[in-house]
Amino acid sequence: MLLIHCPYCEEERPELEFRHAGEAHIARPTDMAAMSDEDFEKFFFIRSNPKGVIYERWRHVHGCARFFNAVRDTVTDKFVMTYKAGEPQPKKLPGAGK
Amino acid sequence: MMQSFRIPGAGRLTPAKTMRFTFDGQSFTGVAGDTLASALLANGVHLVGRSFKYHRPRGILSVGAEEPNALVDIERDAARKTPNVRATVQELYDGLAATSQNRWPSLSFDAGAVNDLASPLFSAGFYYKTFMWPKAAWKSFYEPKIRAAAGLGVAPDQPDPDHYSARFAHCEVLVLGGGAAGIAAALAAAETGVRVILCDEQAEFGGALRFEAGAKIDGADGWAWAQTAIAKLSAMDNVRLLPRTTAFGYYAQNFVGLAERLTDHLASPDANAPRERLWQIRAKRVILAAGAIERHMVFADNDRPGVMLASAARAYLNHYGVAIGRNVGVYTANDSAYAAAIDLKKAGVDIAAIVDLRDNPSGPLVEEARALGIEINHGRAVIRTGGRLRISSMSVQPKNGGGERKIAVDALLMSAGWTPSVHLFSQSRGKVAFDEETKRFLPGIYAQDCISVGACNGTDGLAASVEEAYAAGAKAAKDAGGKAAKAAKPKVEASENWSRGMLGAAPGAGPDKIVKAFVDFQNDVTAKDIRLAVHEGMRSIEHVKRFTTNGMATDQGKTSNMHGLAIAADTLDKNIPEVGLTTFRAPYTPVTFGAIVGHARGALFDPTRKTAMHGWAEAHGAVFEDVGQWKRTWYFPKPGEDMHAAVNRECRTVRQSAGLFDASTLGKIEVVGPDAATFMELLYTNPWQKLDAGRCRYGVMLREDGFIYDDGVVGRLAPDRFHVTTTTGGAARVMNHMEDYLQTEFPHLNVWLTSISEQWAVIAVQGPKSRDIIAPLVKGIDLSDEAMPHMSVREGRICGVPTRLFRMSFTGDRGFEVNVPADYGQAVWEALWTEGQKHGACAYGTEAMHVLRAEKGYIIVGQDTDGTVTPADAGLDWAIGKKKTDFVGIRGLTRPDLVAAGRKQLVGLRTNDPKIVLDEGAQIVADPKQAIPMKMIGHVTSSYWSENCGRSIALGLLTDGRARMGETLHVPMPDRTIEVEVTGPVFFDEKGERLNG
Amino acid sequence: MAKAAAKRSASAAASIERHPALAGGEVTTAGVRLAVLPPAERISLRAPEASITALTRALGVSLPKAPKTSAAKAGRTALWLGPDEWLVIDEAGGDPLADCAGVKGLHSAVGISHRNVAISVSGRQAADTINAGCPQDLSLAAFPVGAASRTVLGKVEIVLLRTQEDTFRVECWRSFSDYVLAFLTKAATDAA
Repeated sequence: MLLIHCPYCEEERPELEFRHAGEAHIARPTDMAAMSDEDFEKFFFIRSNPKGVIYERWRHVHGCARFFNAVRDTVTDKFVMTYKAGEPQPKKLPGAGK
Repeated sequence: MMQSFRIPGAGRLTPAKTMRFTFDGQSFTGVAGDTLASALLANGVHLVGRSFKYHRPRGILSVGAEEPNALVDIERDAARKTPNVRATVQELYDGLAATSQNRWPSLSFDAGAVNDLASPLFSAGFYYKTFMWPKAAWKSFYEPKIRAAAGLGVAPDQPDPDHYSARFAHCEVLVLGGGAAGIAAALAAAETGVRVILCDEQAEFGGALRFEAGAKIDGADGWAWAQTAIAKLSAMDNVRLLPRTTAFGYYAQNFVGLAERLTDHLASPDANAPRERLWQIRAKRVILAAGAIERHMVFADNDRPGVMLASAARAYLNHYGVAIGRNVGVYTANDSAYAAAIDLKKAGVDIAAIVDLRDNPSGPLVEEARALGIEINHGRAVIRTGGRLRISSMSVQPKNGGGERKIAVDALLMSAGWTPSVHLFSQSRGKVAFDEETKRFLPGIYAQDCISVGACNGTDGLAASVEEAYAAGAKAAKDAGGKAAKAAKPKVEASENWSRGMLGAAPGAGPDKIVKAFVDFQNDVTAKDIRLAVHEGMRSIEHVKRFTTNGMATDQGKTSNMHGLAIAADTLDKNIPEVGLTTFRAPYTPVTFGAIVGHARGALFDPTRKTAMHGWAEAHGAVFEDVGQWKRTWYFPKPGEDMHAAVNRECRTVRQSAGLFDASTLGKIEVVGPDAATFMELLYTNPWQKLDAGRCRYGVMLREDGFIYDDGVVGRLAPDRFHVTTTTGGAARVMNHMEDYLQTEFPHLNVWLTSISEQWAVIAVQGPKSRDIIAPLVKGIDLSDEAMPHMSVREGRICGVPTRLFRMSFTGDRGFEVNVPADYGQAVWEALWTEGQKHGACAYGTEAMHVLRAEKGYIIVGQDTDGTVTPADAGLDWAIGKKKTDFVGIRGLTRPDLVAAGRKQLVGLRTNDPKIVLDEGAQIVADPKQAIPMKMIGHVTSSYWSENCGRSIALGLLTDGRARMGETLHVPMPDRTIEVEVTGPVFFDEKGERLNG
Repeated sequence: MAKAAAKRSASAAASIERHPALAGGEVTTAGVRLAVLPPAERISLRAPEASITALTRALGVSLPKAPKTSAAKAGRTALWLGPDEWLVIDEAGGDPLADCAGVKGLHSAVGISHRNVAISVSGRQAADTINAGCPQDLSLAAFPVGAASRTVLGKVEIVLLRTQEDTFRVECWRSFSDYVLAFLTKAATDAA
């Protein structure tokens, strides 16, 4: 069971309190109705599924109930960092470049 | 038999505390503190089991958890039968009853031993090669037969009556292993004041000090020092000692699983005490002090009962006071066996000879053995053993060949050296590194905040181990936030050193084809098998392992892995690291399902949710159905009624008079804030801005892909307050879905969501008399059709308590849903029931509810929809706000596939024979005479007998359904084909006049 | 929203009987005492930062801003559950929903008095008992008196409040209370 740092509770909490919520930084377009089929496909169906660093959403569902974002390495299953929903995608990661 | 191998004055047990036990029905005695193994040995019993494949007689190899042979059934009663218990781990209690496994008809005569004679047939990979044809026979014939013949004990056929506990715990320093190193580390860490947990799989802490007779620490005998140290630790508030506790799994971020055995050692366990406890520990730092495991020598017939690891024989002597024989041989490639021989000799046991593979063994232990007059044969090998059910001789030969000499023995000690226990380190994702000089894998690159100390780290000698462990304990505690330590470091004054040894097959292991030199005792894997695997093309050790099953038994190769690897490497003519090491996986030793399940069984397997009116329903004979975790009233049979009769009566009564229905399980969400309507517009297809306060609307919720996700009636209580209902099953996920959009897509909206599912009990009062029933109890609400029309909501009081009263209908008749604070649900229900009785009303359950709504063609999301149904498919496009420019799912609705022709649409289905009720899920075809596989054009989603219609009714999803009205289609069933007519989905009161009737 | 909220005041006497989900009762073992707590008034309060002062004044108890904390005054406790979410529990017969009704600032106050059930877990082994199914560190250093958190117990969600060194208040939804009480009872028996 992982420990996950909740950016709202400001501490590490056990994974049992959390729920994964898919890839992060996929903003819902403001003009949904006008989207092309191709753009909708990319928006709704296509996910990056990288080997390595992934930006994803989690919800501290059995804690503060907030959705937040996390950077996780899919190879090591280690969290690089977490940050609040709405904050920009971090450009520089702690310990990156290794 | 009277414990004739117990040596007076030897060991640490108290001879007066005798205990009776049985093995295969024969009675024996042992003493308190014995294991089953030590007690059997005290009685001269070495033969304890038959091997897995060849059914060879087997004895006790070890003194601990690594035991591959001595697996027994322990039976307390019919339900408490535990197979595969290692006799070396099972503590003796008075009345213990053990039986041997894997033999028929008896241990000393086992018919399956014919496999041993036929062994050329049973080579490695035998099963893969032989039982291949016919393919179908594998499941029905070969596998069951092989499983029965190669069984590992028999599982009890009754439910486990014991209970199992669980605990999450946190500490700064977790020490795994309570030998000298673990104790030293714990002492250092504990002094700093941080929380320390120290666990060990044995009943008593002390590890190898149990047998290492020469050890001296702080002026005391090693074992005595360990007990003093443990007493000191147990007196400290910040220390938790867990004996009889195995650290079986090391997971991410220093999360370690421990299985604590609480009652298996007791004669009469308290029925309320848990048998085991699963600890899930999160530690800031972990200290691995797992020790090392002695390896056996690989030579012909090295599995005969009486052949044993040297350290085991020494522990049986020094701790349990048991001699493993009277005339003992020793076969070794390192010094530790000398220590055993010396101790035995001093205790009065004859040592027939020490056979040492090394050419010129030297050092204090060798000298001491010589001084005691023990014959030492160096540069020689034991090439085979003699005897049948017990060793009677060993045959010795110079290791490079030559004359053979047979020496009579009744036991044989062996030691090929020590394998550091890197299991948990490896599980922590640490990378082991091969140390060429000492030929062993040691912790290399660490992946977590842990450190290995002592023998598992390859640190040789007690003094160095304790020194290293103490420093590691102090550092771990400091790193985890402890204060500076002030404890005195333990001082090791005397210890032994037994490093080195050999890996792989000794000269007596081949090359003769029928030689059985066992590498893995439990899985009957010989040196020859491993060579064969290599010759047949296996190159990776992972393949060799799977082909031979070396290391795959319940002992997970604790004694065999390194030998197997070395033989494979030798055969491949490669270095050991090039061949690689197999992966260590959890659990370290088998863990019971009970421990894993813990409290989660019986009533605690899953929560059972009951509504506020459950008690009333139960008292009135309701039959319940499970809907998720909820118990819902299914129907209320009167005496003599079956389900059909009850449901028919309930359906009739609701439409004739009225019925009361418990709708409390519906999900309910209060949406509050100035932007509430804007938010509702985004989450539901419907328009909400213009809905007046006090009115309700049926809402449809989509996913972004345009498919129906949920539905429910929504009441607007105030301009900024909505009372939203969801399906019972959708309550939690709809809340999550709404929170997701609110928090991450529409965070600018000033609106908040609160689950009120359980705040309100809901009593649906449906039927023509519904208003008459509630009217006398309601205060402050005008119930007239003008003041409170269909689809409206009012707040007021009923029976003196607050209510949110909805005028709505899921039956098509006039109806109300009475929401009251849940604790008042039962009393309000009772009051309504009393009123209802005056009008001939009934209580009805979910089955009648389903029938009544189906008569009206109202869908149930999840029954008539399946996650691929659009509002248009379900005939609900009227619920889409046509002028809206955005809502979740708006774009999905125009996806090519969702607007294409030929989609399945909701229709009604009438069987030509009105008495036939279709099966839900049955497929619909156009032409029943077509060849199989037929083209299926739809399926039945809901189907009931409708008492009110006097016929069966059904709903279905049908390709181009609305264009097929009036067509006759076919539902092929196993016994017949049923003709159906496609109709609209409304079967009753098509004009909807009864809503105000 | 004020008007709608005020109407639901629960202060008027009911003419019918109240049946709480758990009919009281207590369980005592060597180290733990479990007690079903009497009904209390509760609201789920949601509000942005700007409304906190006004709500604090209206409720008479401050709304804590730090995670995992609570504040209590005169029988009323406000538990921080999330950055804009508090659980307000009144055990003194007050009506927090009515108290919030007059607050003009943005907020959402929703009555949940009947949604939740509370069980007190006290005694030397109170933390061990809860740790049978709760994965949080309940040491006094990590979870001091006054600490409050939504978390899990076995297979359900709870709100946990430490009221004294050896006493916790466990709140759960009504229909989970059978499970929570049974779980805690089992755990209390086993706590060693």
